[in-house]
Amino acid sequence: MEPVNIHAQHAENHGGGTKEIWRITWILTVLTIVELAIGFWMIKIPLDQEGLRLGLKGVIVILMMAKAFYIVAYFMHLKHEIRNMIMTIVVPLALFIWFIIAFLYDGNSYKNLRNTYDPHHKEASTVKGEKKEHGAADHKEGEHKAEEKH
Amino acid sequence: MASTTTATTKWWSGGKSPFNVEYGKLMMWYFLMSDAFTFGAFLIAYGTTRFSTNGWPDPNEVFKSFPFAPEGVHAPLVFVSIMTFILIISSVTMVLAVHAGHNMDRKGVVRNLILTIIGGAAFLGCQAWEWTHLYHEGAWWGSNPFLNHDGSVAISTNFTNFFFTITGFHGFHVLSGVVINIIMLIMTLNGVFDRRGHYLMIEKAGLYWHFVDLVWVFVFTCFYLI
Repeated sequence: MEPVNIHAQHAENHGGGTKEIWRITWILTVLTIVELAIGFWMIKIPLDQEGLRLGLKGVIVILMMAKAFYIVAYFMHLKHEIRNMIMTIVVPLALFIWFIIAFLYDGNSYKNLRNTYDPHHKEASTVKGEKKEHGAADHKEGEHKAEEKH
Repeated sequence: MASTTTATTKWWSGGKSPFNVEYGKLMMWYFLMSDAFTFGAFLIAYGTTRFSTNGWPDPNEVFKSFPFAPEGVHAPLVFVSIMTFILIISSVTMVLAVHAGHNMDRKGVVRNLILTIIGGAAFLGCQAWEWTHLYHEGAWWGSNPFLNHDGSVAISTNFTNFFFTITGFHGFHVLSGVVINIIMLIMTLNGVFDRRGHYLMIEKAGLYWHFVDLVWVFVFTCFYLI
């Protein structure tokens, strides 16, 4: 099969050209700005408002998926490929649905079990610390010197 | 199945590529799919660890500095949003290079490839600065100087380990992407693709570069935003 031949076939389904590229650029820019706006908003929300923080994180994840869709579909041109080809790429990625749910659920369950049955661990993870601002770098150097002595 | 997408062409009757793509491009797609699983596994490991830990540092405290700004400046999200936009713009110039390649427009390919390479190099520069800055604050593999968001002392170095491993792995992909783009630029300048009669190679390099941008969308969200 001639490569030139494929190129000629390929030219049939190019998509929308530069106009489409700029449209997608704007969509990605706006989605990113919205994400950042939510990020800045979240800085001001105190930690104890867990529901609101979790909801906003959910919105950010949805926006992230939208950005991923636009990059893959238009910049990587997948939307304009033929359907069988799209399926060989997208269907295996469905494994991620299980992957994410199962592992995050397991992580959360481990935390709860540990907090219930290992009081020492729970106590150790609630020790409040002093906020280090400038001393951090010196501290690090000090540690290095201590290590060298050993 | 094939008849639903194309009424006239019989893709599977032989004589042509049933996916209507060149072999190398299809293999690039499958490589990227496997790479997506590698990055996915990294990020899910990070998520699992974060879900199983009682406290976690606040990204807005950790990533609050900016180059040339005075010590102790509080500018969360600003630097990383610049990095994000650099990568998005370089992805746009790459797609413009691919588009110019379709039209056999050598000058357009060269111009956009150069812009893409500059964007990639700028991103790497930003990351180098950020790593250096964090290192001087005492953060590295095996060393986590940051307090958790709730004010408690970090009991593990998971946060910095995952941060440096995942952004490092991504940065290495950006570096390889820049090298690939430089090779593509040299080949274009030498007229290799004009002699070949098509610019399909630019498309494959483009797929890789967009994937690097795609991964950053996830890394950026997982480490800096949520």
